[in-house]
Amino acid sequence: MVELILDQFTEAIRQAIARQRPVRIRGSGSKDFYGGAPQGEVLDTTAYRGIIDYAPEELVITARAGTSLVEIEAALAANGQMLPFEPPHFGPRATLGGCVAAGLSGPRRASLGAVRDFVLGVQIMDGNADQLRFGGQVMKNVAGYDVSRLMAGSLGTLGLILDVSLKVLPRPKAEATVQFECDEAQALQKMNRWAGEPLPISATCYHDQVLTLRLSGAETAVQAAQAKLGGQALAAGEDFWRGIREQSANFFRGNAPLWRLSVPSTAALDLPGKCLIEWSGALRWVFTEAEAGVIRAAAEQVHGQGTMFRGTAKPQSVFHPLPKPLMDVHRRMKRAFDPHGIFNLGRMYSDF
Amino acid sequence: MLLSLAKFSRILHLDPLARTARVQPGVRNLAISEAAAPHHLYYAPDPSSQIICSIGGNVAENSGGVHCLKYGLTVNNILALRVVTIEGEILEIGATALDSAGYDLLALMTGSEGMLGVITEVTVKLLAKPERAQVLMAGFDDIEKAGAAVAAIISAGIIPAGLEMMDKLAIQAAEDFVHAGYPLEAAAILLCELDGTNEEVSEEIKRVHDILQSSGSTSLRTASDDAERLKLWAGRKAAFPAVGRLAPDYYCMDGTIPRKRLAEVLARIRDFSQHYGLRVANVFHAGDGNLHPLILYDANKPGEMARAEAFGAKILELSVEVGGTITGEHGVGVEKIDQMCVQFQPKELTLFHALKAAWDEQGLLNPGKAVPTLHRCAEYGAMHVHQGQVRFPGIPRF
Repeated sequence: MVELILDQFTEAIRQAIARQRPVRIRGSGSKDFYGGAPQGEVLDTTAYRGIIDYAPEELVITARAGTSLVEIEAALAANGQMLPFEPPHFGPRATLGGCVAAGLSGPRRASLGAVRDFVLGVQIMDGNADQLRFGGQVMKNVAGYDVSRLMAGSLGTLGLILDVSLKVLPRPKAEATVQFECDEAQALQKMNRWAGEPLPISATCYHDQVLTLRLSGAETAVQAAQAKLGGQALAAGEDFWRGIREQSANFFRGNAPLWRLSVPSTAALDLPGKCLIEWSGALRWVFTEAEAGVIRAAAEQVHGQGTMFRGTAKPQSVFHPLPKPLMDVHRRMKRAFDPHGIFNLGRMYSDF
Repeated sequence: MLLSLAKFSRILHLDPLARTARVQPGVRNLAISEAAAPHHLYYAPDPSSQIICSIGGNVAENSGGVHCLKYGLTVNNILALRVVTIEGEILEIGATALDSAGYDLLALMTGSEGMLGVITEVTVKLLAKPERAQVLMAGFDDIEKAGAAVAAIISAGIIPAGLEMMDKLAIQAAEDFVHAGYPLEAAAILLCELDGTNEEVSEEIKRVHDILQSSGSTSLRTASDDAERLKLWAGRKAAFPAVGRLAPDYYCMDGTIPRKRLAEVLARIRDFSQHYGLRVANVFHAGDGNLHPLILYDANKPGEMARAEAFGAKILELSVEVGGTITGEHGVGVEKIDQMCVQFQPKELTLFHALKAAWDEQGLLNPGKAVPTLHRCAEYGAMHVHQGQVRFPGIPRF
């Protein structure tokens, strides 16, 4: 069965090469909105699904790309574990392959790490329809170039991800959410100062004069931190963080283009529009009608960069343009993986 | 031509509020933590050579250390690199922001052994120093029980800051050298360090103590103060030089294996040891499966060095066979280049070469390292097929 699906993938890629027509790799389509407009014939990964191996005591799970995040998270939860990077799903059937290809991480990113930090190994099908395996199911591995982590966030432009091994972690025994009233400058100061103290902070969010923190760890540790920091406890903490992660919270309701700015955590950013801050200040969501050039100039001024995350009228480049020497390296790397240029054309930058 | 970066030894900027440090590649690993210490911050990866190893080398090898199960490797603790390409272009890779545009070149560059570019600046993440750290030591009469204890700790939802195992020969060598107070009769010891907030550590120490007790440990000790903690660690940190006192030379291996295969792997290493007539001491980063067998030999005795190398190669091939890797943190270089042929298929090696060419078309940076040519692999394969005709026919091969 599995072999049959792989044969279909191989055939689709060979056909694409022969006809010189791009292939659009797609799981459930939960992230169709993200990146440049998808082109080409759909290569559906959802049939290639299933958890291949999961050893809780090894902290490693391996699953096929079409496996739903819901299934993976349920298997982990049954063993008191979780995906440490708390990925957004953006849809009920979001797949592991899409999660890794998009490389988007959730609220826990600033404390535990991003998707790429937990990718241990991958099997891919490259642009010659060859199956290649990199990394493995072990925590430490420096044999060969780290192609596995390179897949995270590559938006399927380098190859078709077949399966992925991820490092997982235990779920915290206890969590609590607390809120403080303050202005943006105070919030940035507090988030950064607290991140430099031995406090069990696992997520931060600031919007509309309210700073929200999540504390995670042993019950007594969470209680002690709560006592030390004060603030107002928020009973529906889990819902709050889900709303931020899945962008179902009120803030994210809007028609203006939504920009995702990645900036140094202490940076003061001055842009028109409404803003929500995460990751101790390193992630800023901004709804703004300002020109892409204006937004990117503001981000660059503080050594950051900006992605047009959601919006109907997309700018020429959804992702922050790269300096020429860096772009040249990207193009050459793309050719190394996908010499015929068939995978997810235009999804990341105009020509790949 | 040798390109030395030893003089790039300045810490350029340390931002305590943003918790980052921008340093030149020749800065020593420990010097970063020392500079951050007044702000109660530190740089997490701590390879045992941290007094002398440079951060540039750490990036090139993706170095780990005893704390990497909880705090990650170099790749998880750096934010940005300035890289000079062979064409003389300066690339800024990554960012002090957490995400950057394009491919994750920061990950690609980490562990690439200087094959893709020359690193001239590294920006690292600094972490808050844990409020408290405490260590437990347990002795076992059977290495399998020690392995099961490790699995039990992790299954209980505890991620220790450090989780190290040593076998009998390593224990004896270390005890003889630094008198750390290790149980000499034990077949294996486990050192388990917990860190975090005061409350967190109190709770976890109790739970780990219970787990170790019910895992059949023959001795169990919790360090009551920092002096005792450091003493218990001193034996582990001095394990390599301690083993070095047992024989004129030792050959350190670096395979990583799935932890559940530990007992089987150690049994087979014992068989190899008998077969090659060389002793071996095992030091194990038990939390993350990184095994360092130290093969004892005497280079002055004809044939011993070749035997040690053959023994080491068998261990690495065994690591791959059980689902692991030939190198967890020491890198491939030239020494392990033949074992790359065991771990990777020709098509994967071909992609590595294509990636290399995307950065360094003429192959001028560190030529001959990290990735073997397919031709070399073909020859290496042939060596095993025609056993009677290899260079050292007297060496047993199996």
